[in-house]
Amino acid sequence: MAQASDVDFKTKLQHWIPKVVLSPSLFLVLLFVYGFILFTVYLSFTDSRILPSYGWVGFENYSKLWRLSHWTTSLTNLGIYAFLYITICTGLGLGLAIFLDQKIRGEGILRPIYLYPMALSFIVTGTAWKWFLDPGIGLEHTMHLWGWESFKFDWIKNRDYAIYTVVIAAVWQTSGFVMAMFLAGLRGIDSEIMKAAQIDGASNWNLYRRIVIPLLRPAFLSAFVILSHLAIKSYDLVIALTGGGPGRATELPATFMYSYTFTRNQMGIGASSAVIMLMTIAAIMIPYLYAELKEKK
Amino acid sequence: MSASAQNQAVQTGRITRTFIYVFLLVASLFYLLPFFIMLVNSLKPLSEITGGNMMALPQTWTIEAWGAAWSTAQVGVEPTGLRPYFWNSIKMVVPAVVISTVLGALNGYVLTKWRFRYDTILFGLMLFSCFIPFQIVLIPMARILGMLGISGTTTGLILVHVVYGIGFSTLYFRNYYAAFPTELVRAAQIDGAGFFQIFRRIMLPSSGPIIVVCVIWQFTNIWNDFLFGASFASGSGAPMTVALNNLVQSSTGVKEYNVHFAGAILAALPTLLVYIVAGRFFVRGLMAGSVKG
Repeated sequence: MAQASDVDFKTKLQHWIPKVVLSPSLFLVLLFVYGFILFTVYLSFTDSRILPSYGWVGFENYSKLWRLSHWTTSLTNLGIYAFLYITICTGLGLGLAIFLDQKIRGEGILRPIYLYPMALSFIVTGTAWKWFLDPGIGLEHTMHLWGWESFKFDWIKNRDYAIYTVVIAAVWQTSGFVMAMFLAGLRGIDSEIMKAAQIDGASNWNLYRRIVIPLLRPAFLSAFVILSHLAIKSYDLVIALTGGGPGRATELPATFMYSYTFTRNQMGIGASSAVIMLMTIAAIMIPYLYAELKEKK
Repeated sequence: MSASAQNQAVQTGRITRTFIYVFLLVASLFYLLPFFIMLVNSLKPLSEITGGNMMALPQTWTIEAWGAAWSTAQVGVEPTGLRPYFWNSIKMVVPAVVISTVLGALNGYVLTKWRFRYDTILFGLMLFSCFIPFQIVLIPMARILGMLGISGTTTGLILVHVVYGIGFSTLYFRNYYAAFPTELVRAAQIDGAGFFQIFRRIMLPSSGPIIVVCVIWQFTNIWNDFLFGASFASGSGAPMTVALNNLVQSSTGVKEYNVHFAGAILAALPTLLVYIVAGRFFVRGLMAGSVKG
């Protein structure tokens, strides 16, 4: 009898251990992620300014937020930036991957060259490009020294073009990563399919357009999801490259949130902008994660 | 023309091939140029930068800027150089990486080999936490760190990075362990092995590759973080990225570009080293772990 209950206790213990092991992580995530999200959502409905305060104001912060030209500017900037960043990274990444996949001599050297920027901090990237793009000392200056006197490249100082310099630096940082994703996709394609198409006399162009690229759909989807969430979260790069300027030319929602919350003491408005950022990312991520997890079952 | 028997059998003409090589080489210039310029100009005296051509090699090679960036440059108020901040980052990264990796390994083990009801939902909750914009947690995090009395400290940053690193480390280990034969675990269980015994004797010995991937990923992310560092530790407890930004953005005096570049490379060095030493695993693991291409 005693033995049986001992065994019973042991199995029960074994039954509980996994849950006990998982629980600290779960506790941390539930509190620090979901609890904090709820708290920030709550704050966005209050009159918090320099410190959290609990006077309920309903949707006032949101209506204020959407009337602020600062906010609409940062949304417009994000639209331009995200669209170009995602398109160019995908295009460049796909191009590099397809070309690298043609039995290129020196692939082992080229691949790490394309990839290394992703190991760097955005602050380092921003520092390098800020200087490279500075007309007084960087590319424009160098071209003048080399005798091309009329060369002009002052986008980083120009309100209408500064946002494109953020795109350039961001593409530099992440396109190699996208290349690696597509390359993995290409290497995963069954070579029999390619051969069959070639025997049927398909040209290279048609082979890629009709067969290979459609087969890369999962890689396109992953690239889109990763790039779009990176775009919405972009903060460090802007801080290091342009500081949001000139004027507000490169303000993004992430920089908006930070400055309203911590330097302008408009915590309620800052919180509401963070909520909108979260909802945008959730709209992209949740369907994607849902599909991924369902698939795995 | 017979298709070659190897994996990819695309035939390309001579002109196409030349075009491909030119494209690939131009692309590699695009990726190398900014870093090359930083490196070259960090080895010049300041006068050569402001008066000269950024593409030119130094006329007088000097590592003065490196010394200044490391130990004497004005970062914030004190002329300490980046050295103390570099150590701040190390002291923050090492424990944060170790803790989040250990937790991730245990979580991945539980979620694949000791499945229970709703475990997929729990994993989904953890996974989504990888992708949230961290702006949504900044305000309450600042409050909690203040309440715990660790705001502005390395301990505080370790906590933050562990919490927001769990999602990714769990993801990596879960995907890796999912492919690990469950029969082995069941067999060991029948032989009377317990939860931790199985983990130590059966799972861990074959986890080498995914540990490498997870450590590299966490190391790069935590080392390169700026938002949390800037929000929760801007003073003498600041990590390297924040200190670098302070150095570069400081508006007082002459802008010492060569020192900025040396500083930027110092900030990039640890992650670059990790990448050079173990980059191959990194990419391979990224492909297997986060993206199912």
